[in-house]
Amino acid sequence: MSNRGIRIENLSKRFGKGEAAVFTLKNVNMQVAPGEVVGLIGPSGSGKSTLLKCLGAVIDPTSGRMTLDNETIFDNGWKLRDLRALRRDKIGFVFQAPYLIPFLDATDNVALLPMLAGVSDDEARKRALELLAALDVQHRARAMPAQLSGGEQQRVAIARGLVNRPPVILADEPTAPLDSQRALAVIRILNTMARQFETAIIVVTHDEKIIPTFKRIYHIRDGVTHEEAGEGRSTDNPSHIKNMMCSCLAKKVRKWIFCTVNQSISI
Amino acid sequence: MINLAVRDILHNWGKFIFTGIGLGLLIGVTLTMAGVYRGLVDDGRVLIDTSGADLWVVQQDTLGPYAEPSSVPDDLWRSVRTIPGVAQAANVTYLTMQVRKEDEDVRVMVAGIAAGGPGTPGWPPHLVAGRQITRSHYEAVADIATGFRLGDRLKIRRNHYTVVGLTRRMVSSSGDPMVFIPLKDAQEAQFLKDNDAILMQKRRTRANPTFSFPGKPDLPDAIITLQTANNYVNAILIRIRPEFTLEEVAEPIRRWKRLTVYDRVQMEDILVGKLIATSAEQIGLFLIILAIVSAAIVAFIIYTLTMDKIREIAVLKLIGTRNRTIAGMILQQSLMLGVIGFVVGKISATFAAPLFPKYVLLIPIDSMLGFLAVLVICILSSIIAIRMALKIDPAEAIG
Repeated sequence: MSNRGIRIENLSKRFGKGEAAVFTLKNVNMQVAPGEVVGLIGPSGSGKSTLLKCLGAVIDPTSGRMTLDNETIFDNGWKLRDLRALRRDKIGFVFQAPYLIPFLDATDNVALLPMLAGVSDDEARKRALELLAALDVQHRARAMPAQLSGGEQQRVAIARGLVNRPPVILADEPTAPLDSQRALAVIRILNTMARQFETAIIVVTHDEKIIPTFKRIYHIRDGVTHEEAGEGRSTDNPSHIKNMMCSCLAKKVRKWIFCTVNQSISI
Repeated sequence: MINLAVRDILHNWGKFIFTGIGLGLLIGVTLTMAGVYRGLVDDGRVLIDTSGADLWVVQQDTLGPYAEPSSVPDDLWRSVRTIPGVAQAANVTYLTMQVRKEDEDVRVMVAGIAAGGPGTPGWPPHLVAGRQITRSHYEAVADIATGFRLGDRLKIRRNHYTVVGLTRRMVSSSGDPMVFIPLKDAQEAQFLKDNDAILMQKRRTRANPTFSFPGKPDLPDAIITLQTANNYVNAILIRIRPEFTLEEVAEPIRRWKRLTVYDRVQMEDILVGKLIATSAEQIGLFLIILAIVSAAIVAFIIYTLTMDKIREIAVLKLIGTRNRTIAGMILQQSLMLGVIGFVVGKISATFAAPLFPKYVLLIPIDSMLGFLAVLVICILSSIIAIRMALKIDPAEAIG
């Protein structure tokens, strides 16, 4: 089995000690190949954020093994001493909220990462502008974050996640603040970028609009994951988009009717 | 590499500028306090320098004539003048008093200067307008800070004086501007009683049977004249010949046992070390308190500014920013705030100094020390914020 992309085996995370110990992740296994976008879904408290933090080298897993881009980085303990450099060079992050640095314009928000990695200012800005152009926000390159719309901010945040061409991108609910069309546009961008840069992308989401777009989905519940095939619907075909939006709307209508009926019965 | 500190400041320039102005006013007060202290010291030195004396002969075991009362006979200068090495010797009398200027009083130090001419110890060394005193009575040379102008009339005790010359920066050790008048007038003014007191004293003397000798009707008047006359001065100022040392001239005078001699260094020690020591300690303590308050304010401002950026710092850490970059950002902001504050403080102190009633002396070395102190305070103040920033968990960016 290839170790490119990201692969975790029997990853566990325990909080607390003794009788108070709680296992948030229990022997989780996952593999995402380069160029692949997978979904990670699960209810609140299921362990999604903890798994994301472990994958992002932000918190220490308790046990297990994690391989990233052909390199074992965790095997019952971190193999690398500089996790900050690991995050900078090998992992891209896209957050639910864009969390752009408010005092840097769009270009510099993106260019900051390569600059931190030692790339020259001119080269970093060139890369940033190329990515902003690829994400169709090059016309807002000099705008400050406060001057950008939500969708533009999220695209700049995606550019920031991609700019160092990391082998892995972790996206935490990247479409939550966006409407359906923009959400699907973001997923389309992630898919394109994954293919173009051979990046493994894990998208944590609750968003029913985008779940059908994943070819593979990891469900997580009570710290345990299981994999299933997704619908893998295209985000490019307008009829598919329309179907997904209708399906989403239908689910919402069903939910509303169910709630209304329940309330009427209780009255 | 992008300078995050500068970018943040440019983005929030209004907040930074106004915070810097607030801090600057505090630094301005600190610099002004240092200037007040320097002014006190300078006032003392000016008095010594402008007296033109190398030695001060005063009453035995006193710190006169500036720090303690001192009386020496006014004919003693003749004996002093005969000592080898004495180039010039002149009596001088000082009295601090209110003098009348039109409808208001001005507090001044009146100096009674012996007859002689420019260059005589005790005389004002140079004038900015008018001429030196040429008559033996009722002429005055006043410092420009008194507000008198040439030709003005001022009243000392019962007598009126015409201002014939003006000086600049001729002040007492307590900062009061000086007025120079002839020595005889000053001696008279020093112990001059009011008319009622003089009449009462004359009546008592004439009524005293001890002084009523038959055939000597003028005796009571002679006694009264003796009682009201002042034959003492506060000090004798000596200028020595260049070929003699201070000690060679001072030693024979000390052997007289009834006088004390001070040289310039000793007099400076009396004025600066003793006379204004308490004021200096007070100002020093005030400076320390101001420095602590400034440090606390800078620390609070930098801490608050850092707290406002917790999320951004978490994101920076998550995306791999080094600790030293984050610490550098906070430190640079703290230093820039200090620099803005110092510039504002220096400007405000420079413009405010002339408005103070007493002399405020702002010297470059104090400004340089103040600037270094501000930088040190800013560095120390940023430590708390840096520690807090380095403790921020990058996981906070994920939620």
